[in-house]
Amino acid sequence: MAWILIALPLAAAAAAFLVDSPSVRARLLPATGSLHLLLLLWTLRRWASLPAGAWLGLDALGGWVLLVISVLFCICAFYAPSYLALRPERDHRIFCVSLLGFLGLASLLAEARHPGVAWVAMETTTLVTAPLVYFNRNRRSLEATWKYLVLGSVGIALALLGTLFIAYAAHMGGVEEPLQYPRLMAEAGRLSRPWLRAGFVLTLVGYGTKMGLAPLHTWKPDAYGETPGIVGALLAGGVTSCAFLALLRIYAVMAAAGEDVFAREILVGFGLLSMAWALVFMVGQTDFKRLLAYSSVEHMGILVLGIGIGGGATRFALYHLAANALVKSVLFLSAGNIHRSYASKQLPHVTGAIRRTPVSAGLFLLGFLAITGLPPFAPFISEYNIAAAALGGGHVLAGALFLLLLAGIFLGMSDTVVKVVFGTPSPQRVRTPYRDTPATTAPLIAALGLALLLGLWLPGPLRAMLDGAAATVAGHGPVVRIAEVRP
Amino acid sequence: MSPDLLIALVMLTNFTLVATSRINKAIQVAVAQGVILGLMPLAMGLGRHVHILAMAAAAIAVKGWFIPFLLRRALRHVKIHREVDPFIGYTASLLLCAAGTGLSLVLAHNLPLKPGATPAFLVPAALATLFTGFLLLVSRRKALTQVVGYLVLENGIYLFALLLVEDMPVLVETGILLDLFVGVFVMGIVINHIRTAFDSTDTRHLAELKD
Repeated sequence: MAWILIALPLAAAAAAFLVDSPSVRARLLPATGSLHLLLLLWTLRRWASLPAGAWLGLDALGGWVLLVISVLFCICAFYAPSYLALRPERDHRIFCVSLLGFLGLASLLAEARHPGVAWVAMETTTLVTAPLVYFNRNRRSLEATWKYLVLGSVGIALALLGTLFIAYAAHMGGVEEPLQYPRLMAEAGRLSRPWLRAGFVLTLVGYGTKMGLAPLHTWKPDAYGETPGIVGALLAGGVTSCAFLALLRIYAVMAAAGEDVFAREILVGFGLLSMAWALVFMVGQTDFKRLLAYSSVEHMGILVLGIGIGGGATRFALYHLAANALVKSVLFLSAGNIHRSYASKQLPHVTGAIRRTPVSAGLFLLGFLAITGLPPFAPFISEYNIAAAALGGGHVLAGALFLLLLAGIFLGMSDTVVKVVFGTPSPQRVRTPYRDTPATTAPLIAALGLALLLGLWLPGPLRAMLDGAAATVAGHGPVVRIAEVRP
Repeated sequence: MSPDLLIALVMLTNFTLVATSRINKAIQVAVAQGVILGLMPLAMGLGRHVHILAMAAAAIAVKGWFIPFLLRRALRHVKIHREVDPFIGYTASLLLCAAGTGLSLVLAHNLPLKPGATPAFLVPAALATLFTGFLLLVSRRKALTQVVGYLVLENGIYLFALLLVEDMPVLVETGILLDLFVGVFVMGIVINHIRTAFDSTDTRHLAELKD
């Protein structure tokens, strides 16, 4: 069963390449997305225990991340046909192939049980998403694509070296090949410590570049700023989640080896630095898509900070992955709608959007409030609990800084967002035919609704899966059956 | 040939790479480095494993024939032959490369090696090559030279991977090679777009996006 989640999107990608009719091709996206989600839910329902030597298969951690990505993909896929219909001048053959290819490779990454396979999946994800960044085919998007490709490839090369270092650590300790994660974790005590530590640092820098942790995030504002909102949503919630998963697998080996104190100190440092860096560039940011990119840097910081604080925060960092993906999709897609409507994404030109595109502007505002921690949306739950775990778990300084940075980021973002939504209409504004339609807003409303629902109620099976995933990250070995973690 | 000789050659190519201003020569040296690395498994006496031989042959084919073919084609199209005015000058690059090599020796000294027939300078040479690749990537302006930097970076990783080549499954080996191939291929396409958009492959033009 494991392979069908990978094969379905890849087959759909091949079909998208062969289909000539643009409208049929665009409809392939929601069809594949919903089928993938259904198959995934079905796979997760009939949870089977994985043999330790399996090369592919979903455990709680991989299943959780893939569920987040699959839901996000569905939201974007249902938005895509109406968006692509707005841009009839652009051929979207490669665009659709890349989107579907991304879903297949993300599934491969989530199911990978071997660090080498996970690395190949991550690298290929970078390559298939590069044409998405270049969708607008102008000089600015070309520059963004080049930076995305070069920085992403260098980061991923470092991650490969880190993976090889960890393999050598296992080789020194006499651990037998093949090095599946369960074996690495079970025999973590035998790994050579200097190689393991060096390997972790390299994978953190490598996958951290793909996540966009400061100071390795420089490709991010350019790439997110120049792509259509739909690609921004998928990069900010999907590709970053993939990189985070790849990093978590290595962290779990560190934790199983008892090296988690060393790893967590670095993660807390990276997390706080990313938040602070994002704050600096958010203040006075006039380009609202770049603003969202820095918000993504901030939330990647929150993810690694949560893992770094450890204890109860681990589970909420994983929960935040879902919260961030859902709300980021609302923000990027509504920003894309506003961009369409004004033919600009710069502040003096885009003001008072609530009058021209009331639904998109309202969603943009609500998305901003949700991502900065308005209760009862999901990001509030995770941010509150990460802060509580930090303050209660001896990380008082980190917890205090975290809260301070969250407050600063709220203020820094609000200035631009309020002007975009409520400001007096600028005399230089351009008239465009775009108006909100149900097709371009309904997926966003659904995403925001899910973020609200997730904040109010976490269904039992999901809760159990989250607990299992947190146990895996904490180094207690991969939990493959939900029944195992129920009290 | 002894592996130590090949490793010394790899380190020499690193210095040649940072000191050259001709893009064509940089490509040649990077290709030579890739082929030398492809010969390493034989020098290390790993010739008895069929899958390692196949992997080495594939590495030589990709690095010695296909990638130079792609790069030369791009070079012909853009009609640029020199890396003019790099961010870091050639003398400074050489000094940095020497410093990086020294640092690699120190770093490798702190990482224990499994007792056995491992060439003593393999790990420092791998780290030094990696560092050289980085240096080329950040200090050069032309997109083609940056791709060469990426190739050199990958060469460093390949050299390190030789430590593990007996233990790594074929799947991972082919994955690494495939990714290098596809990576350079995609970069080649982007270079072509840069050329048509700006009529040059100078990444200085790619400086519109900033805060």
